[in-house]
Amino acid sequence: MPSAPAGTLYRGREGMWSWVAHRVTGVLIFFFLLVHVLDTALVRVSPEAYNAVIGTYQTPIMGLGEIGLVAAIVFHAFNGVRIILVDFWAKGPKYQRTMLWVVVGLFVVTMAGFLPRQLMHVFGGN
Amino acid sequence: MAATVPDLAAPRDPYARRKTTRSNYELYGWIFMRASGALLIVLIFAHLWVNLVSGEGVNAIDFGFVGGKWANPVWQVWDLVMLWLAMIHGTNGVRTIINDYAERDRTRLVLKLFLYLAFTVVVVLGTLVIFTFDPCPTDAAADLLPSFCSSLPG
Ligand code: HEM
Repeated sequence: MPSAPAGTLYRGREGMWSWVAHRVTGVLIFFFLLVHVLDTALVRVSPEAYNAVIGTYQTPIMGLGEIGLVAAIVFHAFNGVRIILVDFWAKGPKYQRTMLWVVVGLFVVTMAGFLPRQLMHVFGGN
Repeated sequence: MAATVPDLAAPRDPYARRKTTRSNYELYGWIFMRASGALLIVLIFAHLWVNLVSGEGVNAIDFGFVGGKWANPVWQVWDLVMLWLAMIHGTNGVRTIINDYAERDRTRLVLKLFLYLAFTVVVVLGTLVIFTFDPCPTDAAADLLPSFCSSLPG
C-alpha cells in the first residue's frame, strides 16, 4: 500500500469535518459501551458491588462526563440520519451542507433540554 | 532455418472470466450500518430518557432500579436488542477505521483480533446477565432490593 499519496483526498469544510466528528464520536461511544456492559454485569455479583460502582456515576465529575457522552450520542445519531439521507434521498447530496446545519440546530435544542435537567440531578441534590 | 515454433495459444480464444471469489459482505455491512443506526436511535433515546432524564435521573439508578426494569420482559428484550445491534454496529464501524489507518497487515490482524475478542466477551456476558439476573438474591439486605422482593413467599 503506498504510504505517501500524492495530494490529499481530504477536502475540508462541512463534509469532511462532520465525517471526522462522526468517526470520533462513534469510537468514543463504542469504548463507553464496553465499559458500560461490564459495570452493569456487576448486578450478577451482588447488590453492594453494583451500587458501589454505579454510585461513582452519580458524582459531579462523572455527571459532567455523562453530558459529554450524551452530546456524542446525540450528534452521532442526528448526523447518522443525515448520512442515511445523503445515501438514499435523491436530493441528499445536494443538501448535505444544509442538513448538517439542521443537525447542529437539533443538537443544540436537544442539549439545551438535557443540560439543565442533568445539572439539576447532579448538583441540585435531587 | 527450422526454428522451433513456440507453443502459442490460438488467437481469439474466448476470454474466460475467472469465477469471482469475492462476496457481497461489505455491501451487507454498509446496509446494516444504516438499518441498525435507524433502530438504535429509538432504542438508545428511550434508554437515555428512562435512565438519565425522567424522575431523578442518574441518581435513581441502583440495584433495585435495574431489578425493577428487568422484571418486565419488554425491557429485557429492549436491552438485549440494543446490546446486540450497538455491538455489531460499533464493532463493524471500528473495523472500518482499523482498515483505514493500520497499514501493516500484522497490525491490522492484531487490532482486529482484539476487537473481535472484546465483541465476543461483551456480547456473551451482557446476554447472560440479562437472562440469568436474579432480582431477589436471598443473602442480600432487603433495603437494597426491588420492593416486590419482600412480597415473595419464603
Ligand atoms: C444512535 C443511533 C446511531 C445512528 C443513527 C448511527 C448511524 C451511523 C451511520 C449511518 C454510520 C456510517 C456507516 C458508514 O459510513 O458506512 C455510522 C458509523 C459508525 N457508528 Fe454509528 N450510529 C448510531 C449509534 C452508534 C453506536 C451506539 C455506536 C457505538 C457502539 C456507533 C459507532 C459507530 C462507529 C464506530 C462508526 C464508524 C465511523 C466511521 O467509519 O467513520 N454508532 N453510524
